[in-house]
Amino acid sequence: MNGNSTNKLYKQIKKISDQMFTIGLWIITSLILVLIFLLLIYILSKGLTKISFSFLVGIPSEIDVGGGVGPFLLNSIYVLLISLLISVPIGIGSGVYLSEYAPNNKLTEFIRSCVESLASVPSIVIGLFGYVLFVDIFNVGLTIIGAGITLSLLNLPVITRVTEEAIQAIHMDLREASYAMGATKAQTILKIVIPAALNGIISGVSLAASRAFGESALILLVGGTGTSGEMWDWSLLSPGGTLPVHLWYVQSEALVEDASEIAEKTAALLVLITLFLSLSIRFPLWVRDFRFQNKSNKR
Amino acid sequence: MAKMLQELRGSQFTNRYEKRITKSTYFQNRMFRLFCFFSVLILGLSLLSIIIFVGRTGLLVFKDVSFQEFFFSTTWEPYDDKFGAATFILGTLSLTGLTLLLAAPISIGIAIFTSEIAPNWLKRILRPVLDLLVGIPSIVYGYLGLTVLIPFLRNITGATMGDGLLAAAIVLNIMVLPTISRISDDAISSVPSELREASYALGSTRMQTIIKVILPAASPGIFTAVILGMARSIGETMAVVMVIGNTPQLPSDLLTPTSVLTSNIVNQIIDVEFDSTWNYALYMMAFLLLLISNLLIIIIRKLRVKGA
Repeated sequence: MNGNSTNKLYKQIKKISDQMFTIGLWIITSLILVLIFLLLIYILSKGLTKISFSFLVGIPSEIDVGGGVGPFLLNSIYVLLISLLISVPIGIGSGVYLSEYAPNNKLTEFIRSCVESLASVPSIVIGLFGYVLFVDIFNVGLTIIGAGITLSLLNLPVITRVTEEAIQAIHMDLREASYAMGATKAQTILKIVIPAALNGIISGVSLAASRAFGESALILLVGGTGTSGEMWDWSLLSPGGTLPVHLWYVQSEALVEDASEIAEKTAALLVLITLFLSLSIRFPLWVRDFRFQNKSNKR
Repeated sequence: MAKMLQELRGSQFTNRYEKRITKSTYFQNRMFRLFCFFSVLILGLSLLSIIIFVGRTGLLVFKDVSFQEFFFSTTWEPYDDKFGAATFILGTLSLTGLTLLLAAPISIGIAIFTSEIAPNWLKRILRPVLDLLVGIPSIVYGYLGLTVLIPFLRNITGATMGDGLLAAAIVLNIMVLPTISRISDDAISSVPSELREASYALGSTRMQTIIKVILPAASPGIFTAVILGMARSIGETMAVVMVIGNTPQLPSDLLTPTSVLTSNIVNQIIDVEFDSTWNYALYMMAFLLLLISNLLIIIIRKLRVKGA
């Protein structure tokens, strides 16, 4: 009798605590996500309405009100493209080597841990390395090309790792079929394996690209805070300040009257571009997943 | 036999043609392998050269400054040749600790929610959204911290400045949340469903299953996620620079301006000469960051071997 009622009580406590747990997690998750979203909406709503075309292509000014961010925006894209041009082939190449060619031995393990270590090296340390290399050894000063090359060191491990994982997920059957047709290993990899793994590779590249686009500490050290002050300047040796660095500079050092407004607009632009970068590449994947899900639901 | 020979002779032309093709394909085959090998070589060499360059420059500091002074003195007055980095080391350690104290429980909660509790349609929204949040530039979080969080903290606590460890920890917390929750979510989702079913069959509730069965099974993955979040918060620079106050002093409380390794490096490196003790001291601090992050990776690798 007594044991029965404690058992009942125990069951009830169990049930209530389970419900509390569920409700608690619902609340935490929705609170945090709502908070982050409010912050993003706050940034976008404050800046987006004020952005005009002349802001996007205008020359920044140290004294007068109404400066734009044109050269910084251009530099951001330029530096990003240079870094991707270097890191995509090398990153995919090393990913292929690690998953297809590398023998299963200590050396390969060592290289793998190198990739992982490189991925976790703080960006400021890579920035210092680039600073020594380009400013002190090559003596070219703060440049776009220096920023691009140093930035590619940040992208490389990400792309390598994602490529390796994507390629390893490809079935052996595909490869065997290709070998059976008389294709060499290189042909198999280039024409069968990489196209099959393209989805994973592209999402990895987009991840690296959005991270590189938002990088500020490294660019501050290797690219500097300034630009050449002209629009459409394609010289590789002009100063390589980018949009994120400009946001920091305007917010903490600039003396222009409308600095806070420029910061608002720059922040909104940054968020918009990064969202666009990651959305535009993920969107096709989402559409495909959604279709797939609908099909399997109907079945 | 003769017929066959004749046929063979007839196809000599095609044979030669095919031979040329195979020769060039074999050549391409070898070149591609070589290219891949060199890519990996570049990758390894770049890490090695980062370690050598930064380490060699950093270690030069011990020519002028004793080991003890650098690690245990809190007086950082470069103009008086006093290079005690203890303030920054303690600052980085306490900032990381504080960040994880906030971020780890919350993000593991979010991970449990996304993998175990949320209905399927919500899962399909939550995961991509968390992925998107990982990509927001850190400088934007720093900017938000400076323009929204610090005035807010000043109002609430009545502090004069508002910059300091607390503000930095909150900013870093929001930054590492998506990273930690996404990776732990993957770890929790990959726990085999047999374990869940067995636990339910024994009559346990969902909470008991999650806490006593799923979390222990996913713990290596969750630890990895937390350590990766830790690595990110140790190395984060610009977001921290904007809210920490940048004053080389030991903080008396969480709302006093102070400085950490990364923020001190980026604030001073531009102004110092390359061949000065000051510069070497900054490189030594960067080398310290490098060593810490490599140590964390070694721990992660150990965890993985244990889990597998």
